[in-house]
Amino acid sequence: MSDLKKEIDDVSGVDTTGHEWDGIKELNTPMPRWWVYTFIVTCIWAFIYQFLYPSWPLITDYYEGYFAETNRDRLNDELDNVAQQRSVTLDKIRSMDLETIRNDNALNTFALAGGKAAFGDNCAPCHGTGAAGFTGYPNLNDDDWLWGGTLEDIYTTISFGIRSTHEETRVNDMPAFLRDELLTKSEIEDVVTYVQSLSDSTITATESGRILFADNCALCHGEDGKGLREFGAPNLTDAITLYVTDRDSMIDIVSNSRKGVMPTWSGRLDEATIKSLALYIHSLGGGE
Amino acid sequence: MKLLNKHAVFEKNSILLLVGILIMVSIGGLVEIVPLFYLENTIEKVEGVRPYTPLELAGRNIYIREGCYTCHSQMIRSTRDEVERYGHYSLAAESMYDHPFLWGSKRNGPDLARVGNKYSDDWHREHLKAPSSVVPETIMPGYPFLAETKLAYENIGLDIKTNQMIGVPYTDEQVENAVEDLKAQLDENSDGYDAFMERYPSAQVRDFDGNPREITELDALIAYLQMLGTLVDFSIYDESENNR
Amino acid sequence: MTYQNNPPVVSRLSQSITTICLAVGIILALLIAGKTSSAAMQFHAFILIATFFAGIVALFNLGGRINDSNHKPSPSGVYYNNTIVKYGVIASCFWGLAGFIVGDVLAWELAFPVLNMDMPWTNFGRLRPLHTSAVIFAFGGNVLIATSFYVVQRTCKARLAGEIAPWFVFWGYQLFIVLAATGYLLGITQSKEYAEPEWYVDLWLTIVWVVYLLVFLGTIWRRKEPHIYVANWFYLAFIVTIAMLHLVNNATLPISLVEPKSYTLFAGVQDALTQWWYGHNAVGFFLTAGFLAIMYYFVPKRAERPIYSYRLSIVHFWSLIFLYIWAGPHHLHYTALPDWAQTLGMTFSVMLWMPSWGGMINGLMTLSGAWDKLRTDPVLKMLVVSVAFYGMSTFEGPLMSIKAVNGLSHYTDWTIGHVHSGALGWVAYVSFGALYCLTPWLWGRKGLYSLKLVNIHFWVSTVGILLYICAMWVSGIMQGLMWRAYTDLGFLEYSFVETVAAMQPYYIIRAIGGLLFIVGSLVMVYNLWRTILGHTAGEQSPENISKAIAAQALGE
Ligand code: HEC
Ligand code: HEC
Ligand code: HEC
Ligand code: HEM
Ligand code: HEM
Ligand SMILES: [Ca+2]
Ligand SMILES: [Ca+2]
Ligand SMILES: [Cu+2]
Repeated sequence: MSDLKKEIDDVSGVDTTGHEWDGIKELNTPMPRWWVYTFIVTCIWAFIYQFLYPSWPLITDYYEGYFAETNRDRLNDELDNVAQQRSVTLDKIRSMDLETIRNDNALNTFALAGGKAAFGDNCAPCHGTGAAGFTGYPNLNDDDWLWGGTLEDIYTTISFGIRSTHEETRVNDMPAFLRDELLTKSEIEDVVTYVQSLSDSTITATESGRILFADNCALCHGEDGKGLREFGAPNLTDAITLYVTDRDSMIDIVSNSRKGVMPTWSGRLDEATIKSLALYIHSLGGGE
Repeated sequence: MKLLNKHAVFEKNSILLLVGILIMVSIGGLVEIVPLFYLENTIEKVEGVRPYTPLELAGRNIYIREGCYTCHSQMIRSTRDEVERYGHYSLAAESMYDHPFLWGSKRNGPDLARVGNKYSDDWHREHLKAPSSVVPETIMPGYPFLAETKLAYENIGLDIKTNQMIGVPYTDEQVENAVEDLKAQLDENSDGYDAFMERYPSAQVRDFDGNPREITELDALIAYLQMLGTLVDFSIYDESENNR
Repeated sequence: MTYQNNPPVVSRLSQSITTICLAVGIILALLIAGKTSSAAMQFHAFILIATFFAGIVALFNLGGRINDSNHKPSPSGVYYNNTIVKYGVIASCFWGLAGFIVGDVLAWELAFPVLNMDMPWTNFGRLRPLHTSAVIFAFGGNVLIATSFYVVQRTCKARLAGEIAPWFVFWGYQLFIVLAATGYLLGITQSKEYAEPEWYVDLWLTIVWVVYLLVFLGTIWRRKEPHIYVANWFYLAFIVTIAMLHLVNNATLPISLVEPKSYTLFAGVQDALTQWWYGHNAVGFFLTAGFLAIMYYFVPKRAERPIYSYRLSIVHFWSLIFLYIWAGPHHLHYTALPDWAQTLGMTFSVMLWMPSWGGMINGLMTLSGAWDKLRTDPVLKMLVVSVAFYGMSTFEGPLMSIKAVNGLSHYTDWTIGHVHSGALGWVAYVSFGALYCLTPWLWGRKGLYSLKLVNIHFWVSTVGILLYICAMWVSGIMQGLMWRAYTDLGFLEYSFVETVAAMQPYYIIRAIGGLLFIVGSLVMVYNLWRTILGHTAGEQSPENISKAIAAQALGE
């Protein structure tokens, strides 16, 4: 039991409270002035802020604040502001056709910048940061187009997608020749050899392969194998491929087919952004 | 400092000290949390938000199990850059059936609140299996095992039932048919398809993991990802009605 | 109160009651193991059975001798329960190292994602909660339990209440940690940050925590000093508030009593605010109030100076606990949480600044007249630097609560930097200081094995902390600025993945910082180990330190 023994601390000259716990004593130092004042100032500031902005909950509603302004109000103001500043440009982009925009230097610069910005977060995950694509995701820099490389084609592709959920989507499915039992294994070997011969002169195809191709594939890929844009069927005579990396993968694709999906962007992105994207993609090098 | 001398009361009586502490630490919570339950403007009035389908709920549970929320937020804040990057800011209504909420607190990866329908199932499949195969810069780990693990859905009825008990408006029919509904969502040609679509009109139905022979965890997870943020039609959303 | 002056014995009655409870527990666990469809929960049931069984064996074997290693009273005649604190010190070291190592694995995974190895249990998403729980609850929690058991006995001059109960708290808490940690790896989680364990683990923690509260209060009731010391106010506030937070935030409905999965009672926005009311106050009461209690005992003790200001203690204690509770919404700025709640969260956080600094002032100013000791006593240096870090993170916190700032910092590494300046600089350092004090005192050694090693620990880990938080400030602010950077034409300048790629150098620096911190901790563990063994490195220990330590070692 420690009875109250107030004593003066030699170092600070302040008295202690007189208690002692396991050798620990307490000084009776007053609270630092600056501390008290700063505390009071933060409290005053807090109450002013609460007075100005929505703060206290009440019975059926909350106190709206003197300014009665919320985050969402501020955001809407800001977005309106931005839209206002750009309204002339955006209206033009929305209403003018793509070719005209491309020929208007200022508009085109604006659209390309907008397209680039939208590309990074929406398209790059599939087509790559540099738009060079991956297996199954086409390169958008080259002039090899599945569905067409004019501004209008590209615009349509982006708006509605390919094999997407949109009603107007571009769609055309290559049959799975083996799975659907349209061709036998050996026939597929044959036709694949023929296709390979189209781009590789060291390979000689059989006559049966040529016939199989004409009967089964030419409808979409064309007599010459150069692909038909209206069907989104790739050119099989060039070195640029979507899926094919070697003979085996080609056999696999002919056997089982692939149905690459490009999402619909109309609805998610606004009209001006989609147009900007079309211009941007078109400008990457392969635009027609 | 007379007042402070009175403090001895608390120092001498542990129960008083305890009660004093309890009172002090209760006030803030009561004032801040309780009104969220009774103020009507807490949750916006919107159309389209519905409870998760059994398959989506199973996918959501995998999202939780794998800790995707440690890297991904599902809460688009009301700031210009977020709205421009991710889409309309998130509404409270959009997570009103979320037990628990998954807003997240750290973005090592992008926000996922509106990722639904943004990419193809194919892409999600490849991305979840090996993210760097499609996004070389990524730091996201791969989850190849999801495609190989069969979904354990036998208990999904219990999950739906429990949600119903805590206030999610599932009908008894939805509770009873949970397992059938889960399977039906994976196959447009199944017998249960029509009944499923009646119970969950806006649901997306297809084989999500590209492997129609098996119901895998990947099926469920992609079904969940593909519906995120797709329920509210913002073209008819009335901002002014819901300002708060 | 003569019983305190008799050697402690375990009553037959409490022994039988505990045995019965454990037996009932075994039966329940057997039922679960038999019925559950979840392999993970079955595994947990087996852990429960094994632990309860071990508990029963321990009760029977050790029975009446349960705490006998301490049959020697202190000079003042109190039979302190020191053994339990010793266990706590060792557990703290173990879990601390485990938690830091997992943290650094995470850090390397963010820098080099191949390290995730594409397996479920090595993945970032599952390891991150393991890290946060291991450092906060396993390391921090053990430090808090151990120090509170030590401090409350000394400042009340009374033996810890109960003979079995404190052991139940200790082992029950370790069981909670093991269940939580293995659960995360096996994919059992509620996803609520810092409250991830599922319903049955939460329930177990509730039981343990209530007993903890009773042991703590029971000891206070036995006190010989009429006044309760300020450290115990903080410990008490920590224990009861955590109980309240835990119960509300974990309110949940399991899908079945034999399945691990549950659904929280609250949904969406209400669940979000409940979570961050909890989350912020886990910081406020676990990582702040509890560790302030440590500071209020160990700083004056080590500096051999009185607490700077009793009045400041009172005002800052009450204002701190009152204001902390309101600040949760600062985790939800600009979200779908209604604006009114955000305003309250922000303004109360700013008001919280001075009450927090009250603790810092009381800690730092307690050294007035003893500043010279910093030169000779690296343990005191660690304690003081921890208080300085506390001051820094409680300045940064209110700053980050301001909406305009949070708009930038939220979701970024800035938060991570803030967390770790608090967690490493404050929580871990004040814990290290306490462990360095406790080990020689508890094992009756004249001093630490080596003060030089303490100094090395201090410098290596301080460099580690600085690397960590500076890297996170830079990367966090850069990330925030990049996310909202606009080009001249008003378009977003960077895509998200570009910002991800820009982080890598900072992630590497952070991971190296973490590694240094681990090296420092290993040095500490080695030093404490040698101290326990009774070795000395043969250094000349400065007189003023050995005096303090020697006195305490004798129990006075
Ligand atoms: C989910 C992945 C994905 C995303 C995201 C995506 N695309 Fe595609 N895109 C594809 C696939 C797959 C194809 C090829 C479809 C096929 O196989 O016919 C394609 C094709 C295209 C084509 C047609 C190429 C041609 O040769 O005709 C254009 C143009 C295009 N994408 C532009 C875009 C733009 C612009 C965006 C962003 C707004 C975008 N894509 C986002 C997957 C994607
Ligand atoms: C109904 C139209 C159609 C028919 C018939 C068709 N294809 Fe295709 N083919 C396509 C389409 C469309 C694609 C692109 C698939 C995609 O974009 O996902 C394609 C892709 C390919 C590819 C992959 C090209 C690459 O760049 O990776 C090969 C190889 C191929 N077809 C070969 C054939 C052969 C051989 C046949 C005949 C046995 C055939 N196709 C018949 C429409 C067709
Ligand atoms: C270590 C952090 C991390 C974890 C854990 C993680 N992700 Fe990701 N995630 C990222 C990063 C970084 C990106 C952006 C780059 C990319 O697309 O891969 C991303 C992108 C994504 C995207 C594309 C989003 C978009 O709009 O481009 C989806 C969908 C996704 N993750 C889902 C998941 C799911 C589901 C899980 C859990 C099973 C998960 N992530 C776990 C880091 C992570
Ligand atoms: C060697 C030491 C440590 C290292 C290397 C480390 C590393 C990490 C990493 C990499 C993360 C994830 C960050 C992210 O998601 O971007 C993290 C999160 C976290 N760590 Fe640590 N950590 C360490 C020590 C500690 C300690 C001692 C504590 C607490 C006492 C702690 C508390 C936390 C918390 C609370 C989070 C979550 C933060 C949030 O969600 O905002 N860490 N840590
Ligand atoms: C006055 C005191 C403090 C205030 C006002 C405060 C405020 C904040 C704010 C604003 C955030 C960021 C929330 C977000 O944007 O998501 C935050 C996060 C955090 N702070 Fe503090 N802080 C304080 C003290 C501390 C201390 C002392 C610690 C001790 C370790 C700490 C630990 C954390 C943790 C762990 C988080 C991360 C929470 C999460 O997102 O998971 N804070 N704090
Ligand atoms: Ca967090
Ligand atoms: Ca929990
Ligand atoms: Cu906080």
